[in-house]
Amino acid sequence: MPSIETASPMVVDAEEARRERSRKLERTGRWLLPLIIMAAAIYFWDRICVWNEIPQYILPRPGVVLATLIEDASLLFSSLLVTLRITMLSLALAVVGGVGLSVLFTQSRWIEMSLFPFAIVLQVTPIVAIFPLINIYVDDQTTKLLLCAWIVAFFPILSNTTLGLNSVDRNLIDYFKLNGASRWQTLWHLRLPAAMPYFLGGLKIAGGLALIGAVVAEFVAGTAGQSSGLASRIIEAGYRLNAPRLFAALILISLTGIVIFLALSWISHLVLHRWHESALKQEQ
Amino acid sequence: MPDRTNPFLILQSIGKTFASGVTALDRVNLTVNEGDFMSLLGPSGCGKSTALRIIAGLSSPTSGVVDWRGPPLQQNDIGFVFQEPTLLPWASVYDNVWLPLRLRGVSRKDAEPQIAEVLERVHLTGFENAVPRELSGGMKMRVSIARGLVTRPRILLMDEPFAALDEITRFKLNNDLLELWQERRFTVLFVTHSVFESVFLSNRITVMAAHPGRVFEELTIDAPYPRDAAFRTSALYAELCRNTSDTLSRAMGMEAADAIH
Repeated sequence: MPSIETASPMVVDAEEARRERSRKLERTGRWLLPLIIMAAAIYFWDRICVWNEIPQYILPRPGVVLATLIEDASLLFSSLLVTLRITMLSLALAVVGGVGLSVLFTQSRWIEMSLFPFAIVLQVTPIVAIFPLINIYVDDQTTKLLLCAWIVAFFPILSNTTLGLNSVDRNLIDYFKLNGASRWQTLWHLRLPAAMPYFLGGLKIAGGLALIGAVVAEFVAGTAGQSSGLASRIIEAGYRLNAPRLFAALILISLTGIVIFLALSWISHLVLHRWHESALKQEQ
Repeated sequence: MPDRTNPFLILQSIGKTFASGVTALDRVNLTVNEGDFMSLLGPSGCGKSTALRIIAGLSSPTSGVVDWRGPPLQQNDIGFVFQEPTLLPWASVYDNVWLPLRLRGVSRKDAEPQIAEVLERVHLTGFENAVPRELSGGMKMRVSIARGLVTRPRILLMDEPFAALDEITRFKLNNDLLELWQERRFTVLFVTHSVFESVFLSNRITVMAAHPGRVFEELTIDAPYPRDAAFRTSALYAELCRNTSDTLSRAMGMEAADAIH
């Protein structure tokens, strides 16, 4: 009769084996299923074009869009670079502005009480409605776009970081006080690291918003000639009924958004994975 | 053996009334001698944590005086251990212990001998690079104690430090804390609601009563140190626990038999 001692450590009961199998399946499904849906959608897009004989200037076939993407690559990618530059610059400024303001807010409740409502006003007023004003007051095209993207992107960073800076363990604040820590030391060694998960959450939202802000600003600014970002390419292609290029530009914008999101998620994971609960759950 | 007769800390008629009108402490008089291991024992709401916060300087008394004797008290002289480990979750064990020194301008490298020594004393050598999430509850508390001791304080204030730990871990930490106390000869003021813990650790127990928080009675635990596992099962220990428990029951205005739980 086999005893417990002789059982090899690899033996697992049926329930555990089933659980392990479904875990593996889920892991594969997580990336395989969206890919299958995507492939199916592209296939049906192509078929619909063929079955209904839709002309290319209304709905181009996916193959044509891909060909355009390759053919117009130099034009589209240089435009992408312009949009990307505005996005990244405004995101950087949003980080500086958002974190700077939230640090200012935590230094004094009075400053927070006085200024926070205005940040909200700036946030809830649609950027498209503000832009004509910016257009009048600001001459430089790049500054215009930057300002516009910044207004959209800075708020999530501001509100999240403020929340984070104020969510520090009371006992730790007492501990710092007990050790005679200065305001600056408490900020640097305690409040800022504690706010990091909140800040990174805000950054992930702001990354997407900065791209949206940059594209919207370009749209509203119109094709004045100087700007040549992806949005102007889309408008231009729309006027010329160049649907393949329009689609190609659109796909590039979507991909850029995805890449920004993934990059920021990756940064967040790198920073938090050792100590923060949110990152821990992601691993499993 | 330290004589434990020099007064180190004297609370003179300390009162604390919160803005809400609740009186947390009413005319508390207390003398802690140099080298004492004193427990503040009492039911919840008796103001023992409030008293500790006032002594630490985290809160100011409504009335009365906190009088420190001996050489002028410096920031280094008070160590504080909270009920929770209260560590920086993003920092390693090493950096957490370094924190109080860092706030005093000691560089990471210069602090190394002190940190290594204190980590060895709390049996955490080899865990320098772990972050708190990777440690068990007892180990986190050890880090917290190491952090409290690294500045070599003259008095260690402990606010129910082991209340959240399982019994096995608590016994172990009790033993280790006593060993540290005997070796380094600092003074301890230990807040607890456990009769058994206070009797095992202390040479003096101040029993407090609630509503309003006040000193009910002072007890001397007349048992020799070192105290070890054998002491826990001795008749003397049982006797001392019964006495202390009786006093606590009277402080709570109850029948003696109800107190042991």
